[in-house]
Amino acid sequence: MTKLTQIILRSALGSMLLAGGAALLCNPAFAQSAEKGREAFARNGCWQCHGYQGQGGAAGLKLAPDPKPLVYFEAFIRNSNGPMPPYSEKILPKQDLADIHAYLSSIAKTPDYKTIPLLNQ
Amino acid sequence: MSPKDESPKANRRQFLGGVIAAGAATASAITPRISNAADAPAAGEHNHAEHERAPAALPPNGQTIAAETMAPPPLPRLGGRAGSDFMVDVIKTLGIKYLPANCASSFRAIHESLINYGGNTMPEYVSCMHEESAAGMAHGYFKATGKPLITLCHGTVGLMHATMGVYNAFCDHVPMIIMGGNDADAATRPPGVPTIHSAQDINAIVREFTKWDDTPTSLQHFAQSFVRGYKIAMTPPYGPVAISLDAGLQQEPIKPHHAGEALYIPKYVPTSPPQGDSGAVKEAARILVDANNPVIVADRAARTPAAIGLLVELAELLQARVVDLGNRMNFPNTHYLTSPPGVTNAADAILGLEMTDFWATINAYTDNGQHGIGENNRKARPDVRLISIGAATVPTRANYQQFQRFQYVDVDMAADAEATLPALIEAVKSALNSARKDAIVKRGEAARKAYAEYMARTRQEAALAWDASPISTARLCMETYAQIKHMDWSLVASEGNVSNWPQRLWAMEKHHHSLGRSGGYGVGYGAPASVGGALGNRDLGRFSVSIQSDGDLMFAPGVLWTAAKHKIPLLSVMHNNRAYHQEVMHVQRLANFRDRPSNNGGDSGPIGTSIMNPDIEYHELAKSMGWWAKGPIKDPAQLAPALKEAIEVVKSGHPALLNVWTQPR
Repeated sequence: MTKLTQIILRSALGSMLLAGGAALLCNPAFAQSAEKGREAFARNGCWQCHGYQGQGGAAGLKLAPDPKPLVYFEAFIRNSNGPMPPYSEKILPKQDLADIHAYLSSIAKTPDYKTIPLLNQ
Repeated sequence: MSPKDESPKANRRQFLGGVIAAGAATASAITPRISNAADAPAAGEHNHAEHERAPAALPPNGQTIAAETMAPPPLPRLGGRAGSDFMVDVIKTLGIKYLPANCASSFRAIHESLINYGGNTMPEYVSCMHEESAAGMAHGYFKATGKPLITLCHGTVGLMHATMGVYNAFCDHVPMIIMGGNDADAATRPPGVPTIHSAQDINAIVREFTKWDDTPTSLQHFAQSFVRGYKIAMTPPYGPVAISLDAGLQQEPIKPHHAGEALYIPKYVPTSPPQGDSGAVKEAARILVDANNPVIVADRAARTPAAIGLLVELAELLQARVVDLGNRMNFPNTHYLTSPPGVTNAADAILGLEMTDFWATINAYTDNGQHGIGENNRKARPDVRLISIGAATVPTRANYQQFQRFQYVDVDMAADAEATLPALIEAVKSALNSARKDAIVKRGEAARKAYAEYMARTRQEAALAWDASPISTARLCMETYAQIKHMDWSLVASEGNVSNWPQRLWAMEKHHHSLGRSGGYGVGYGAPASVGGALGNRDLGRFSVSIQSDGDLMFAPGVLWTAAKHKIPLLSVMHNNRAYHQEVMHVQRLANFRDRPSNNGGDSGPIGTSIMNPDIEYHELAKSMGWWAKGPIKDPAQLAPALKEAIEVVKSGHPALLNVWTQPR
């Protein structure tokens, strides 16, 4: 279990966020759009550390393909205590967050590196 | 300051006075008006002539007629050999191959001697467009060749321009000799600009980040200072030195030294590097042999290529995993003991070699604490034993903070790591016993497995966003590597953050495979250091490649012209992410802490961090200065063909640049 997961599960705030995340998933007002998410991912500067396709790098973790579940994703963004600063709803609205998650979920699987000649040598 | 000896027939001041007197005499022979005009009123008297209105079109005066119609009279010449010729003799004894500099009046005498008396060879003058570029070139050249260069700086302004390059060299332990022109005699130096460009203690500008400096007051003093400066710069830990060159001393003729003693040039004998105390070496060996999980962390350990073999021998003896921090190519990344930095967390003994920041090896700083103030957390085991071998503490200064946070260590040797490794290897061999040897063999088997997993994981990470546009940094680096790996290549600089893909996936086994970073982390090192490194590699038959970031290039792009002018072959592959990405998150972080959306001003990052709108056409910039260039390349499929074209240009002896639009990191 990661440190963040422990923090989330132990805290009252975490419980609220889990509930909130579930609400986010179920609420039709927050229907997710991958296309809008791609635009929000750029507009909110997520790409600056995580890359345009969420691939990650020296400055930020890999987000895609296979992003963490939305509940975890939102909890992390709102409460990060690592190198990434926390993003409040004022800075990253719920709708943007949900769309970004949809965008990351839409990114195709990465091929096995063994199928890429430049990486298999 | 120049010596005020009575013996010479003419010195610089008298020479200038003679020119003025000769001109006045010539003019007076033609027209008395000049002579009258020369009868300046005494202080306090009013010169009524100043208030007489001149006619709209004046007839030519005597000076103009003389200049246009008569042969000039012979001017008095300096008697004997120029002092700056002797300075060139001194410089030539030390085998310094190049002198990158931006031309200037305060060193015009030695400039003239270098190219006319010295034949512009050993050293050869390399025309630079900024003193910081010249210092950066000397920096890169040394790391490619192991040989120091000289640079000349013009008075206050030139030395001020050079400071960032000098600071980088100081932090990166790179030797260079900075000679600054200066005119110290306030009574006789030309008024106006040359006086503004002079200082009474000009070396003070760089004193806090040089190992030593001097202001010679005679030619013999210069000879001693130059050889001494070279010796100090080249004694580990290496570093820059500064020597002020008085304008008068350069221009005046050679005079006998004390009581008729002829000038002489001192012989240079290299100084042995400091080696670790034998007792401390023995104690370090005991800790390493007794450890269950020793880790070696190498920062600037490989001062020369020989250190790589020594480090491999020590690591294999102990089967200790090695973290190469990348400021030098210390350890082959193809070796199974190569490890990512995280392995120090489980270590029970850490040997740090020429470390800049031992604190950060066992602790973590996270810039995400309450109220925006970072948090410190220990990441190493509480019982870890720490050993440090490094000469970097020797030239420490009080003002600049390159010494980092204080870290207690168990065994601390103020010694050159490379010079101490042979003794440490022997001490480890003596301390090993059969029981430890079995444990060490098992450790090696685990390291092989961990290395294989680490490399597979790294390759899979590189595959992420492989076909993305803008091009991923992994794709950028691996496409480049595929085109150069069959040559004797050298990564001369990799500024900007490309997630360390070259260090992770290029097969780095030779010292020149990676020349490391800047030292002082001032933006603007990459371009000049690349050109300097490529200059050194050109003479050694190596192929130079640079990963060139956009922000770095724009600090002093004139160095591109220098590369073209001097036919320095260099493949510059741009990591053009169109922003100062190191800074983007700093502003965003503070905005988040203060709970307000960041103002991007229509760009993709906070105002002040983007390099877009308009986008800079780096390929056109390079072309304008004589480079072959192509771009912007945004489609990864276009990268390999462009690289092939560029490499053919570089192989023909010229520089080539590819402007590639990339992912941020």
